[in-house]
Amino acid sequence: MSRIEGRFKQLAMQGRTVLIPYIVAGDPAQDVTVPLMHQLVESGADMIELGVAFSDPMAEGPVIQLAHERALASHTSLSSVLTMVQVFRETDATTPVLLMGYANPVMHMGYAAFADAAGAAGVDGLITVDIPPEEVDGINSELQRVGIDNIFLVAPTTPEERIAQIAARASGFIYYVSLKGVTGAGNLDTKEVASRLKLIRKHSDLPVAVGFGIKDAASAAAVATVADGVVVGSALVDTLAQAFAGGGDQAVALGSAGKLLKQIHQGIANAAS
Amino acid sequence: MTRNTEENIFATVPDEQGRYGVYGGKYVSETLMAALAELESVYRMLSVDPDFQRQLDEDLTHYVGRPSPLYEASRWSDNIGGARIFLKREDLNHTGAHKINNTIGQALLAKHMGKKRVIAETGAGQHGVATATIAARLGLECLVFMGEEDIRRQALNVYRMKLLGAEVIPVTSGSRTLTDAMNEAMRDWVTNVDDTFYCIGTVAGPHPYPLLVRDFQCVIGREARAQSLNQVGRLPDALVACVGGGSNAIGLFHPFLEDSEVAMYGVEAGGHGISTDQHAAPLTAGSPGVLHGNRTYLMQDSDGQIMETHSVSAGLDYPGVGPEHSWLKDLGRVNYVVADDDEALRAFHTLTRVEGIMPALETSHALAYAETLAAQMTPQQMIIVNLSGRGDKDIHTVAEIDGIEF
Repeated sequence: MSRIEGRFKQLAMQGRTVLIPYIVAGDPAQDVTVPLMHQLVESGADMIELGVAFSDPMAEGPVIQLAHERALASHTSLSSVLTMVQVFRETDATTPVLLMGYANPVMHMGYAAFADAAGAAGVDGLITVDIPPEEVDGINSELQRVGIDNIFLVAPTTPEERIAQIAARASGFIYYVSLKGVTGAGNLDTKEVASRLKLIRKHSDLPVAVGFGIKDAASAAAVATVADGVVVGSALVDTLAQAFAGGGDQAVALGSAGKLLKQIHQGIANAAS
Repeated sequence: MTRNTEENIFATVPDEQGRYGVYGGKYVSETLMAALAELESVYRMLSVDPDFQRQLDEDLTHYVGRPSPLYEASRWSDNIGGARIFLKREDLNHTGAHKINNTIGQALLAKHMGKKRVIAETGAGQHGVATATIAARLGLECLVFMGEEDIRRQALNVYRMKLLGAEVIPVTSGSRTLTDAMNEAMRDWVTNVDDTFYCIGTVAGPHPYPLLVRDFQCVIGREARAQSLNQVGRLPDALVACVGGGSNAIGLFHPFLEDSEVAMYGVEAGGHGISTDQHAAPLTAGSPGVLHGNRTYLMQDSDGQIMETHSVSAGLDYPGVGPEHSWLKDLGRVNYVVADDDEALRAFHTLTRVEGIMPALETSHALAYAETLAAQMTPQQMIIVNLSGRGDKDIHTVAEIDGIEF
């Protein structure tokens, strides 16, 4: 069992929802990321999703676009993200880490070379926004070789037969994109999410996490009642950005991110009880 | 003329997955996959529907003004002293460029699919104008995404779009040019996918866009081939077209691909020179990767990040290129070459002064290369250059470079 599946199983037995914060690696500086990852774990993160910056982040809303730009300005590359994971792993061997990014940097490194390096660094899962099942076979075999889960997105527009097709290739968990739009947009409809998750579960025994629209403790709590995992991205990235922009030093910024995550964690716990 | 006797491999692409060899495909987020599948099935159905084809032909004749002439630029040819140069006059189309051939077709698809809202990206503004034009005619809401830098250098086209009733949305991310406009259009589409038709202006993007844009632009090459046979009694020795995304080039080249004696030259933007990183020539100086939904040659750095490009022409200022061009490059069927900013500007002035035809700066890249090529050929030989657009929109840019203020 992979570290990701293990974490979902462990929390499911405790009746808890997996909390997955998303940050962009190297935003706003490379040396912020590893301390921030530890801070997030301390504040209730069960798993960490590290965004890998790309020059053309087509699926992102304005908040995360800016984070990608800041990470690139601090010269963050896919290789440097892998180094961050490796350093994080020196003191945390249990928290699953997944990377979320776009096809081109991974393809440019080479699927086999990426799989080797990511496996060695301690990466547990990969989400590539722009590699749908139709294009996935090349990378999937390499990821399987090193035991990295390939996490697929299912969208509100995904027809049922495609859900089955995705479920057949997925491992780790399935990521349900809760709205039509970019990251950080709109308000999600919990009822709609619940009915879509039911459909996904008809085709897969994997846990289902929900992301793209969870802003605060209340929306996280609402989603937690139906999902196995909750991803919080834009709200966290924005909190960090504002703390740094307000002239705060690293400790202050990490503190504010930790505080937000604790609130969300508490919201989820209250919903479960 | 000799047609290849072997199986026509040019008719085998794209395959079912939308691939041209190892290029093309559908590299988009899951939210858009259903919309692409719907577009593909509607297009497959309509492309063999006689009523749809009749409507398209009528619009091309009576609204666009086709066929566009094949004009022999005798004075220019004589000055060069080499091959006879013919210009396929796409600049004479309604709205002044080849772009309308495609938007007419895509707008008919949008209407058939019941979409009320059309979005587009634009660089030079020609595709934006062509989309706004057809949206006005069909009564569709129209949003055009355009980089801030391009809005500055193509002010005339921005105002044209507004007059036509379109909303022009400035894009302020990245280099503020065509690639960022395309990112933003994709973000809008993912958000409004139910009621919105994304009208892509070139042969790039995810499948089926490279296929359907090619099909709509092939009218250029079909006409040019017939005109060449009728007017000159033979096929040309060479075709020349500029390549940004590559829609005017594929439109001219594709109907000639089986004519093995016809050489083809796709001219990329050399910017300040391909020895610098200030250019937009992915086929000449880039490497394969994935951007905007397809695998193709790209301008990218050693980390796989897409590089900022430079060209004096906004329409060629793009780090990728249509996947079929990547395939044709690897196959060796088309030669991809460059013309830099200075060469294009010289060709702009030359054609204007010698033939009384003011070409777009994009087109001027093709003209610059055609001049070099013609000089190496004989007066018994002939070249067709795709005169893909007119230059009125570029007068401000040229004036600025020449140090003239209005």
